[in-house]
Amino acid sequence: MSFLVLEDISKVFPTAVGVEKFDLSVERGEFISFLGPSGCGKTTTLRMVAGFESPTTGKIILDGVDITDRPPNQRNVGMVFQSYALFPNMTVAQNIGFGLKIRKEPESAIKQRVAEMLALIHLEQKGNSFPHQLSGGQQQRVALARALAIRPQVLLLDEPLSALDAKIRVSLRAEIRAIQRQLGITAIYVTHDQEEALSISDRIVVMHEGKIEQVGTPFEIYNFPTTRFVANFVGSLNTAEAEVVDPQGGIVALHGIRLVSTSDLKEKRKGDKVMIAIRPERIGFIAEGEKENVFEGRVENITFLGSVVRLQLRVGETIFNMDTFNRPSLQLPGNGDTIRVTCSSKAVLVLSE
Amino acid sequence: MSSNARIVASGGNRPKPPSLRKSPPSFAWLGVLPFLLFVVLFLFLPSLSLFVGGFQDAKGNFTLENIRGLFTPFILNAYWVTIKISLATALMGGIVGFFLAYALVAGGVPNWVRSSLMTFCGVASNFAGVPLAQAFIFTLGRVGLLTVFLREALHIDLYEQGFNLYSFWGLSVTYLYFQLPLMVLIITPPIEGLRREWREAAENLGATSSQYWWHVGVPVLMPSLLGSMILLFGNAFGAYATALSLTGGLINLVTILIGSQIKGDVLHNPNLGYALAFGMVVVMAVVMSIYYVLRRRSEYWLKK
Amino acid sequence: MKKNLFWNWFWIFISLTYFFIPLYATFNFSLKARKGELSLLAYQQMMEDPRILRSLIFSTEIGLLTILLGLLLMVPTVYWVRLKAPRLRPVIEFISLLPFVIPAIVLVFGLIRTYSGGIFPLTNTYTGTNFLLIAGYVVIGLPYLYRSVDAGMSAIDVVTLTEAAQSLGASWPTIMLRVIIPNLRSAMLGAAFLTLAIVLGEFTVATFLVGLKAFGPVIWQVGQNRAYEASALVIVSFIITWVLMGLINYVGRRGAADGSVAAGPR
Repeated sequence: MSFLVLEDISKVFPTAVGVEKFDLSVERGEFISFLGPSGCGKTTTLRMVAGFESPTTGKIILDGVDITDRPPNQRNVGMVFQSYALFPNMTVAQNIGFGLKIRKEPESAIKQRVAEMLALIHLEQKGNSFPHQLSGGQQQRVALARALAIRPQVLLLDEPLSALDAKIRVSLRAEIRAIQRQLGITAIYVTHDQEEALSISDRIVVMHEGKIEQVGTPFEIYNFPTTRFVANFVGSLNTAEAEVVDPQGGIVALHGIRLVSTSDLKEKRKGDKVMIAIRPERIGFIAEGEKENVFEGRVENITFLGSVVRLQLRVGETIFNMDTFNRPSLQLPGNGDTIRVTCSSKAVLVLSE
Repeated sequence: MSSNARIVASGGNRPKPPSLRKSPPSFAWLGVLPFLLFVVLFLFLPSLSLFVGGFQDAKGNFTLENIRGLFTPFILNAYWVTIKISLATALMGGIVGFFLAYALVAGGVPNWVRSSLMTFCGVASNFAGVPLAQAFIFTLGRVGLLTVFLREALHIDLYEQGFNLYSFWGLSVTYLYFQLPLMVLIITPPIEGLRREWREAAENLGATSSQYWWHVGVPVLMPSLLGSMILLFGNAFGAYATALSLTGGLINLVTILIGSQIKGDVLHNPNLGYALAFGMVVVMAVVMSIYYVLRRRSEYWLKK
Repeated sequence: MKKNLFWNWFWIFISLTYFFIPLYATFNFSLKARKGELSLLAYQQMMEDPRILRSLIFSTEIGLLTILLGLLLMVPTVYWVRLKAPRLRPVIEFISLLPFVIPAIVLVFGLIRTYSGGIFPLTNTYTGTNFLLIAGYVVIGLPYLYRSVDAGMSAIDVVTLTEAAQSLGASWPTIMLRVIIPNLRSAMLGAAFLTLAIVLGEFTVATFLVGLKAFGPVIWQVGQNRAYEASALVIVSFIITWVLMGLINYVGRRGAADGSVAAGPR
């Protein structure tokens, strides 16, 4: 049995969207992200694991023990809050040692553990500072140390980086991941930032309106989104409606252009409408001898995005974005030029609704 | 409003910005001249005249005799009674006001109860002075409604038990009518400032509800609690109308004494009266300074 | 949570009882002017007493003039400081809060000592005395006036607003009257109602300066010998306070609790 099991959890709120039929097994030491827009139920699910909300139905099993009805202060689950939630009246060291003090551990043990934790987050000098004397990033590291000090079985992080500046966000997420690996602790990380989820997780749970849309590794989620929502939410995407031409051969037609897809079309019949999706970076300039999935587009706009250049192409009535790496040797077409582009059959995704 | 207090509290010892010397002479201060003129004429000058008068004898010579006069038993007693009543009502109003505010904020109370009680507190904290005193005479005076009810229905004779509306405790009960709601009004924002995440973080780390209060809730609220009670102290300390119309001037409060001195020279030394008045300002200044320091601290903690 | 609920209701119940009984007792008394039956006689007598109405009008007038003078003094000052002299802001703010330190009785004592003789013998004439009364009330009201106006101005960001108006070619009077004042309306109304609430029932300053011309001293005097009318007056003045506070809530001046501290008509 997995280390942490959420078994058919649902939560009904009188007015808002809750959580429906949430099933998930988390292995020991795994880093799982709940990804979704605000109000999708990801935080609610996390709070049910922490014990701040109780599920309407379903069970939560941690290391073989049913903890569904345990009060939050008896769960041994560490939590890091979006707003840090450091106690303003205590020093950094007192904050970190709080959980151990409540557990009535001896003073010397607390002191030692606090020192360990301070070293872990590289704030050895700040033990006697008060939270308001620290930067946001430092405060959140202290909050992390405080949650870890009690040696929790699971670490829960509720959008821990969303109150921080972009730069610190990136460095701190790497630090969180490193600490998690170092300690081998099981972690659940809630975020609405797809880049964050993709970069940090072993597996991602994409949620939408209280339901799980897809569970998978970052690679799977990004490259093989199974639903339209996931495809749209994770990364940017060109979508268009196409017509099935040959279900067996995986061929669809878009404004008269024949596109071959490796997605399964066997359930469809000729003439069915399907939603196809192509990631901008999967569209490329045509190379010599290329025959499959070649189509023409008129350049409407060119935008520099740093390492990437984005071209806006008009293909029939549809606008396609195409991303290409920004190299000094890159020869860009001009606005209004018609260019020939291509994409592999693996890049043409057929989405289920 | 939040930034205001911080500036005030630190205004005194703030070093002058060095750029002041380099910048060309500015005449921007001319725009606040009407305001300054008004304040000088009607706030500073009157205060100064009392201050100066406090250090003069009848002929206008400098003397410390009036200050020494403040430390005579009669006047010390007036200060002491005033301080005692301010302390008593600040403590009672502060404690009950805190629990009431917490009861209203904590939830479990219908919204309309909460909002109407809050509005009532706004009214009651401004309903003071003569009408308040009279309302209490109709309630707890010798023939007041409650006095009569207790005597006839429950056979409790308040006045035989030693209660007297026109005494220290009677005055305290009356002051509470504006102290309690005032406490509710000023302590509610800090209580609301207690973040739910603190409680949750504490629980998450294994704390029970009472451990949360002991280690986090109460310490975080302490500056606000003390600050609010100090404000209540100042509020009662300067009260005159309520005390006068309740006791008819029989209770020996500093404000009552000053009032009598204005009407007729009861101290037989006008300059002693000025010193007495200035003494009040000194006490109030100390009180308000402590209040601002404490408020600054709590704002630091509770700011969102 | 469940067990706390009992204590919550306990404190609410205790407080409600305490708040309610004096009002009930007074109201009850005010209906008993005629022996053996309930009547509105006390209210009728109150209405027929010309002094009461006259003093109420007088105090209202004083209140309105206080509001006028206070706003004329504070609005341009706060505006100027924000626009041209932000460095003076802490100074103006500190001064505006000073009246908290000076009890009303001390203020009136000082005013009398300063202006009953000397260079400006204001107390020698009725007009002079009334002006002194208004000035005293402006001083007492200074903390809330400042806070309301300042909060109002920071809510609308007057500096940007002024620059925008200037860039569109507006003259100074236009900026003041068409841009700033309309946007400050609710802040100014809030300050106005609070000032009126203070002035109407104010006793301490009024009694020493104008005596029985003002409403506060008249309530006191009626209370000395005509108990039924006095109880009716208490009810009326409670209703006036209630209405003014309701108006403050209505114009949306919330969180003013701290402003309404320590300078009321205690």
